[in-house]
Amino acid sequence: MSALEARGLACARGDVRLFRDVSFAALPGEWIALTGANGSGKTTLLRCVAGLVRPESGEVLWDGRPAHASGSTLHENAVFVGHAPGVKDDLTAAENLRDALALRGVACGEAAMDEALGQVGLSTRRRLAARRLSAGQRRRIGLARLWLDPAPVWLLDEPLAALDAEGERLFSGMLERHLARGGLAVVATHHALAPAPDREVRLGS
Amino acid sequence: MTGFRWAFARDLRLAWRHPGETFLVIVFFAIVASLFPLGVGAEPQVLARIGPGVIWVCALLAALLSLPSMLSSDYIDGSLEQMALSPHPMASWVTGKIAAHWSVTGLPLTLLSPLLGLEYGLEADTQAVLAAGLLLGTPVLSLLGAACSALTLGARGAGTLLALLALPLFVPVLIFGAGAAQAQASGLSPQAALSLLGAGLIFAGLAVPPAACAAIRIALD
Repeated sequence: MSALEARGLACARGDVRLFRDVSFAALPGEWIALTGANGSGKTTLLRCVAGLVRPESGEVLWDGRPAHASGSTLHENAVFVGHAPGVKDDLTAAENLRDALALRGVACGEAAMDEALGQVGLSTRRRLAARRLSAGQRRRIGLARLWLDPAPVWLLDEPLAALDAEGERLFSGMLERHLARGGLAVVATHHALAPAPDREVRLGS
Repeated sequence: MTGFRWAFARDLRLAWRHPGETFLVIVFFAIVASLFPLGVGAEPQVLARIGPGVIWVCALLAALLSLPSMLSSDYIDGSLEQMALSPHPMASWVTGKIAAHWSVTGLPLTLLSPLLGLEYGLEADTQAVLAAGLLLGTPVLSLLGAACSALTLGARGAGTLLALLALPLFVPVLIFGAGAAQAQASGLSPQAALSLLGAGLIFAGLAVPPAACAAIRIALD
């Protein structure tokens, strides 16, 4: 069983202590909601789990082993989507999607990409430079990537930001499909999502 | 290696989408180098003496012009953290980005240098040594520039800070690069200076990628 576990994580930004002693575990098929007021450290916690931020204390375990030590396979198995979706303005939606998948080492045919872009409602915009897309449509490029990437771990920071009601339903459907396939997810969000979270980690309380 | 190929191909494609930005650097190089003969006067002896040095300083400034966008645009739009979290070793895609940077700045500058050498009335063999020096020296500029650009990620006024950090580091490259051409022009062997440039390239190629990676990790933390 590949589980993602955080044990006693603590983080500070400058002199401000964001959180301490945060622990949670996610098994395949479960998702964990990170909630808390603005500035309570949800983003930092997620970046900590992803391996971008080094925690002051505590550790992240993947498969029972330290997730960010050499030899860990978390990077091969996790997708992280942060505040900035990593979309290049000068490339088209299709090119952005292809680049993002190639970076993760996911082989993907044109037909599958077309289908994914259709799923997220970008099929008529696929040849448009991303600079001409709205913030929500850029988010949808990220959703198409989640649709195609088989990674079992999702680490998402406010995935619903800038998405409309239909986009929210789309995301809920994708999360459901991901969990049904045995994936797990840690999602920082303010929204109540359709599959209820298996656990909630509340920061700042 | 796949990380290298990915970053190299992507950055070349992005540069191709923005031909203006890429050509700006080359045009800047050509124009500034052409201003000196106009300002200094058309005495052939003076021009031939200052030619290599002027062309090298212009190459330095042109390289500097293209450095700020090398990593910061990826940092701002979130691509850099995606690369950092990819399964590829960080050094592989950082090196790919540096190679792409050199291909769109250092390489065209090197290819253009014989044309500018003509403006300064340089002898054919001096021009050849100048071009050889640029071929060895401009990759060092891209490498050192990448490390400096990684150090200034997220800083306010990063462009100015980058110039202050990078220009002193470029000095040895300037000295040996221009020195090789000047030695050739005055009938001495340019070999020592060219060898030192080559040694500098090997050293920078080995030392810079890990340093740039460390700086990127700090910037993302």
